[in-house]
Amino acid sequence: MQVNLRNPNRTLTVPGPMRLTSLLGRLEIDREAVLVIRGGTLVPGDALLEDDDEVEIRPVISGGAA
Amino acid sequence: MKCRVCREPAVIDIRRHNANFCAEHFLKLVRDQTEKAIAEFAMFTREERILVAVSGGKDSLALWDLLVELGYRADGLYIGLGIGGYSDRSGQATRAFAAERGLTLHEVDLRATYDYDVPTAAAATKRVPCSACGLSKRHLFDRAALEHGYDAVATGHNLDDEAAVLFGNTLRWQSEYLARQLPVLPARPGFPRKVKPLVRLGEREMAAYCVLRGIDYIVEECPMAAGNKHLGYKEALNRIEAASPGSKQAFYFGFLARAVDRFADAAPAHDEGDDAAACTSCGVPTTSGVCAFCRLLDKAAGAEPVRLTRKGRPIDA
Repeated sequence: MQVNLRNPNRTLTVPGPMRLTSLLGRLEIDREAVLVIRGGTLVPGDALLEDDDEVEIRPVISGGAA
Repeated sequence: MKCRVCREPAVIDIRRHNANFCAEHFLKLVRDQTEKAIAEFAMFTREERILVAVSGGKDSLALWDLLVELGYRADGLYIGLGIGGYSDRSGQATRAFAAERGLTLHEVDLRATYDYDVPTAAAATKRVPCSACGLSKRHLFDRAALEHGYDAVATGHNLDDEAAVLFGNTLRWQSEYLARQLPVLPARPGFPRKVKPLVRLGEREMAAYCVLRGIDYIVEECPMAAGNKHLGYKEALNRIEAASPGSKQAFYFGFLARAVDRFADAAPAHDEGDDAAACTSCGVPTTSGVCAFCRLLDKAAGAEPVRLTRKGRPIDA
């Protein structure tokens, strides 16, 4: 599957099928700090990602502070 | 994963609620939590006019969308900060959001109106960029709200923001800041009411709300904020939250319920005191003769602009 990461933007190819939780664990990403988006909508944590899927892993932590 | 409400397939889990939600019931949860915060802290009514501080990011655009959806009279104010391509893209996202919905958007551009930008102000005043940015935004949001007759300024600070700021203020026992860390700051002479309707919602929820509502927000992080203390506090709190879901909510709402009153004697902070006189330059209340914004302006306006990369990072950094 194609995995698009943001901030900074980069793309990885990961063999599927694979559970979303396994993918995030493999990439050492805290799933509370990201959303995973496929086809314009959210992918739940227990979803099975197929080999031909394209997903975006979008960080949600933001902000400056004065 | 099934929705806690309807048992249909869920799209998101919220660990601190130990619950999963489908898109429909997640959006309802976000609206309900926003309404609950507005009511619980008596932020404003449907008759009042609200000025939403919008940046093009997920929280402020979601807040504006929510307030309009909930039937509040909400307009937006965008401040062009002059942070290279990042500000260009933020402005575009904000204008597109307002235009698609037929909403009223006010704009102030720091370079065009005041002859400075945030990177230049940070260099000229030797402040960190987030400090120069925050000072500028607070002053200009206050001024715009008063000039245009709004009843309150609403900002998109969410639970993660408030918990991180509280964490930082507590680490250093900054009592004057702790005294003012409230979801509502009442209006005072020279200053409008300030409200934070998203304090019951985490930032992952706000990003999810935008995705499910089709809100095209700017995902990239401000290049000036990279590595700042606030982001470090958020990461630290997220590690605690991962081990103990609900910790951030307990920390922040526990502070509001049981601790903030203990710091009341420490308010007001800095130059917004009750014994303030008018700034000799712009007229806002200050105890310093010239207010902090006008002091910044005095150093930054007309200063040699800091050159930025296309992404908005200072070239010499």
